[in-house]
Amino acid sequence: MQFMLLFSRQGKLRLQKWYVPLSDKEKKKITRELVQTVLARKPKMCSFLEWRDLKIVYKRYASLYFCCAIEDQDNELITLEIIHRYVELLDKYFGSVCELDIIFNFEKAYFILDEFLLGGEAQETSKKNVLKAIEQADLLQEVRHLIKITPN
Amino acid sequence: MALKIVKGSIDRMFDKNLQDLVRGIRNHKEDEAKYISTCIDEIKQELKQDNIAVKANAVCKLTYLQMLGYDVSWAAFNIVEVMSSSKFTYKRIGYLAASQCFHESTDVIMLTTNQIRKDLSSPNQYDTGVALTGLSCFVTPDLARDLANDIMTLMSHTKPYIRKKAVLIMYKVFLKYPESLRPAFPRLKEKLEDPDPGVQSAAVNVICELARRNPKNYLSLAPLFFKLMTSSTNNWVLIKIIKLFGALTPLEPRLGKKLIEPLTNLIHSTSAMSLLYECVNTVIAGQYWFSVGSKELCVQKLRILIEDSDQNLKYLGLLAMSKILKTHPKSVQSHKDLILQCLDDKDESIRLRALDLLYGMVSKKNLMEIVKKLMLHVDKAEGTTYRDELLTKIIDICSQSNYQYITNFEWYISILVELTRLEGTRHGHLIASQMLDVAIRVKAIRVFAVAQMATLLDNAHLLTGNMQRNGICEVLYAAAWICGEFSEHLENPMQTLEAMLRPKVATLPGHIQAVYVQNAAKLFATILKSQEGNTDSTAAQDTSQLMIDRLPLFVQSANLEVQERASCILQLVKYIQKLQQKDVEVAEEVNALFAGELNPVAPKAQKKVPVPEGLDLDAWINEPPSESESEDEQPKAIFAKEEPKHSRPRHTEVDEKELARRREARKQEQANNPFYIKASPSSQKVYQDAPGVEHIPVVQIDLSVPLKVPGLPMSDQYVKLEEERRQKERAEKKKKEKKKRKEKRSGRGKKHDSGPESEEDITPAHQVDIVTEEMPEVKENHSSKFSNIFFLHLLFWVCDDKKSSKHKKKKQKKEKEEKEKKKKKKHHHHHHHSDGGGEESVQNGTVEEEEPLPVSLSHRLINPQVVYDIQGNLQDGSQVVVSVIFENKCDSFLKSMEFNVLDSLNSKLQRPEGSGPHDGLTVPFQLPPGVSNEARFVFTVQSIVMPQKLKGTLTFIVKVDSSTHEKLDFKLHFTCTSYLITTPCYSDAFAKLLESGDLKGSSVRLEGVNMPFHHLLARICFHHHFSIVERIDSCASMYSRSIQGHHVCLLVKTSGQTVSIDAKCDEPTLLGNVLDEIKQTFSQC
Repeated sequence: MQFMLLFSRQGKLRLQKWYVPLSDKEKKKITRELVQTVLARKPKMCSFLEWRDLKIVYKRYASLYFCCAIEDQDNELITLEIIHRYVELLDKYFGSVCELDIIFNFEKAYFILDEFLLGGEAQETSKKNVLKAIEQADLLQEVRHLIKITPN
Repeated sequence: MALKIVKGSIDRMFDKNLQDLVRGIRNHKEDEAKYISTCIDEIKQELKQDNIAVKANAVCKLTYLQMLGYDVSWAAFNIVEVMSSSKFTYKRIGYLAASQCFHESTDVIMLTTNQIRKDLSSPNQYDTGVALTGLSCFVTPDLARDLANDIMTLMSHTKPYIRKKAVLIMYKVFLKYPESLRPAFPRLKEKLEDPDPGVQSAAVNVICELARRNPKNYLSLAPLFFKLMTSSTNNWVLIKIIKLFGALTPLEPRLGKKLIEPLTNLIHSTSAMSLLYECVNTVIAGQYWFSVGSKELCVQKLRILIEDSDQNLKYLGLLAMSKILKTHPKSVQSHKDLILQCLDDKDESIRLRALDLLYGMVSKKNLMEIVKKLMLHVDKAEGTTYRDELLTKIIDICSQSNYQYITNFEWYISILVELTRLEGTRHGHLIASQMLDVAIRVKAIRVFAVAQMATLLDNAHLLTGNMQRNGICEVLYAAAWICGEFSEHLENPMQTLEAMLRPKVATLPGHIQAVYVQNAAKLFATILKSQEGNTDSTAAQDTSQLMIDRLPLFVQSANLEVQERASCILQLVKYIQKLQQKDVEVAEEVNALFAGELNPVAPKAQKKVPVPEGLDLDAWINEPPSESESEDEQPKAIFAKEEPKHSRPRHTEVDEKELARRREARKQEQANNPFYIKASPSSQKVYQDAPGVEHIPVVQIDLSVPLKVPGLPMSDQYVKLEEERRQKERAEKKKKEKKKRKEKRSGRGKKHDSGPESEEDITPAHQVDIVTEEMPEVKENHSSKFSNIFFLHLLFWVCDDKKSSKHKKKKQKKEKEEKEKKKKKKHHHHHHHSDGGGEESVQNGTVEEEEPLPVSLSHRLINPQVVYDIQGNLQDGSQVVVSVIFENKCDSFLKSMEFNVLDSLNSKLQRPEGSGPHDGLTVPFQLPPGVSNEARFVFTVQSIVMPQKLKGTLTFIVKVDSSTHEKLDFKLHFTCTSYLITTPCYSDAFAKLLESGDLKGSSVRLEGVNMPFHHLLARICFHHHFSIVERIDSCASMYSRSIQGHHVCLLVKTSGQTVSIDAKCDEPTLLGNVLDEIKQTFSQC
């Protein structure tokens, strides 16, 4: 996978993760172009499109579009599954996730994604393991906080 | 929940945390930029504080702003500070910020090496995890080199959580620092058998990605992966392994045989569509067709995908189906019904995929049916883009492989005509090129095509609602051309002629008008021919009058092409009218203007043209691009396999690419040319690629009247006809078979298969005229005019070698013609006067024959406006070179030719030193029958102010059985204009010249010049070597220069039919003579 973008129906970017080194300018250009293309598609259309030399796989969940760019030989269906799996993880973590959860806790959304994908490859296929890792890391953060707060 | 507590604690500690920022931005929708700039100021203040918690909060906010598109690169160092915090909370935020904001050119990354190393070896696995995750995003070659060992160690970490991250990140390290691959590989291979499935899957991922780049090195792992494939139940892992095998099989075909069984098992058993799709794709890509039933299985599974209600599966099914189609069109063809159904899908991308498939599925049998379905869709289609796509596909489908599948061209023409009804399409030129192509190549269709095109022309107003923007009017281009070129087939040519000369035509685009005008002339010629046979001569005169009445409209056209053709034809018709009034029969001659047939040229015809001597097609015209782009500047190859690509000599690569590109360009050019037979159906795509076409706004007009061209046959009737025809054929066949069977009944009663007919059984109603190898022979109609046995061209021009190549071409062409003529003649009479000289255009000199001779002369003064040799190696303006082409037109051998000119005081033939003033010059070659050659003779001219005629003789020996001496007298005419050189002059220089007062004036009046002013100017420029300095309305200033540097200035004015020329020159005699010559030119016309 080359990159993943989350954006709203209004075209506002909510999350971006790039697995290929690109300059900020290029990233912005690609984002703008793709958001436009995907939003222009009709709801009944299939989730795949050919874009430059990449394949774009996107799916809409409520008001959010999840959009991934994969290479020619990659499997579109497994990419859809990755998107779905990520949505499930967000849902489990936030408890029935909505767009606002991701806006206000965007760093958490990144942490979850980083536990699930690494360098563009799925690193953990088990939902349970991902969530366990996140919760433990959060706890670690929490414990340290409590320790830090108490002396104050 | 833990998260909530964290949130609360941060809330309490800071004035404005991330949530406040987000909320603030949402509340300041109007002045977002302003609000954010104040926030950034706050953040800058926060970053200056020593409190790491405040800093971390600021960095977290920056990360959010970065996503919104703000530049935060200035805070890179602060991010590193937060990363270095010992507290996980802050470290986590720091690494996140780094992974989002850092890239290879961020310089502070160099400072992070030790910090990352420390974090990697942290006892806390989450510290390590966070560092690895961050590193995967911003790893640079330096970091990869410095940390490769640390990460390698982590691959054997006790915790699987770390191991799997370390394995995955190794892939990024390999990419940045390829040297690390060799030492790390054994450990990576080991991880394929890791007890933890997550680590194992990570290792499979990495090796699969590596193998996709360079499969060769991973062949040895095939058995291990095979084991994994048969044992694993994890679909994610299976997909990767299958992909890996997909990359390996091309290198080791034996793998395919081993793989096909587990693959088919998976295809049968799996319920996961992603895995099924991967397997099917691998089977297709690997061409495992040796296995019985694998093809059927794939097609069957794909059918299930396409039938699924899920759009995604439908789309992928069609995509994979098109891959099978490339190799096995037959197995896909049986699913035609399904594909046609997809055309009704509401998803456009699915419809387009289905269209792609249909292209490959047509056969002679189903073409009409498929196209009929497509035509229905064209009518229904909403949106011009999809409709245009349908249109191009219909034409693509029909025209592919040289119209291989078309059995009835009347049907195809009707389809094309029906397509012209499409409103707002931008593919008018595509339809037009098809009409032209078919009409030219399918001779049998011409009668029908002409009738259809005539109807189109007649109803042109229906097509041309809002003309200019409407691409469909391009078809009128084809219609006009076809009606003109094949006008002998027209039923009512007069009606068509009138349709072509309607005033409304003037609103069409220029290039179409030009074709209208030209073809009106062709029609006119045909009509004349039919009318002249009649006793009533007024009809023919009426036709001429019609032309004369209507053409002036086009003469006024702003388009040069239209104007030029119209005025040319108008003059011609006027002349014809004059002749008609004198009761002269002209039809024959007028028809001769357009005689001859256009033949298609085979793509290979170029091969038949010999490469001229001395032309090396492989030699570089320009210096080849230097190889200075040195190889050490190139980034080091990532993997061993990529190296050969770089080490290959650069220019050969360019060469190949370049060749391929040129070949492609040439193909496209040929494809666009209707006179080439296309090797592939790619021509249509060319139009699609035309730049910027999609940006042309297409106006949709809401017409209440349906846009139907009356009187056009519907293509459907052909479908029916075709069916009937086939049925009939089938019936006849059956009858025959029955007969046969009856005859054979006494023998074995073998049952005959009268099932569906095979492709070969379908006989085409029309045949495409396909010229494969032979070049069409040049038809020579004029041979009878040349009964001369010897042909001599005299070419003179003022010395300059640069221009001679131009004239050589002409010469070669001419020689060729002559030779052709020669071939046709078997026998010649020796003493035969000929009018061959009249064939050639007399330009600036005349060669006069003294008496009838066995020789005919033709001459042309080719290039007198040549640049005078500035280098001064020739004496100043005193030399003229006369080039003479000798051509032997008789059957005898000519030798000992001697060229001699009687010198005048002014002009002398330059003879070699030591020879007398009356000696002839030996022509340095002999002429076998039918051969021509060129010799040049230098003349010295002292004064150029007067025209000169030089008498000359050519003596030669004709060798038949016995040798006879022959003599040919001629005259060389050196006109004054031949001493002029076309020299451009700027108006200011021109004005200065006139003001200088050195020039003497003279003037001349030309009466009764009946031609447009610009034609007049063109004529002066062409025949007398002037250039136009300036032109204002009906007045123009012109300039020329003699080879001796005299300035000649003209001021040409016209009013009505009178042209006055005021001229100035520093040499009055020269001027007088030039003016006389100009006058003569115009008296001839």
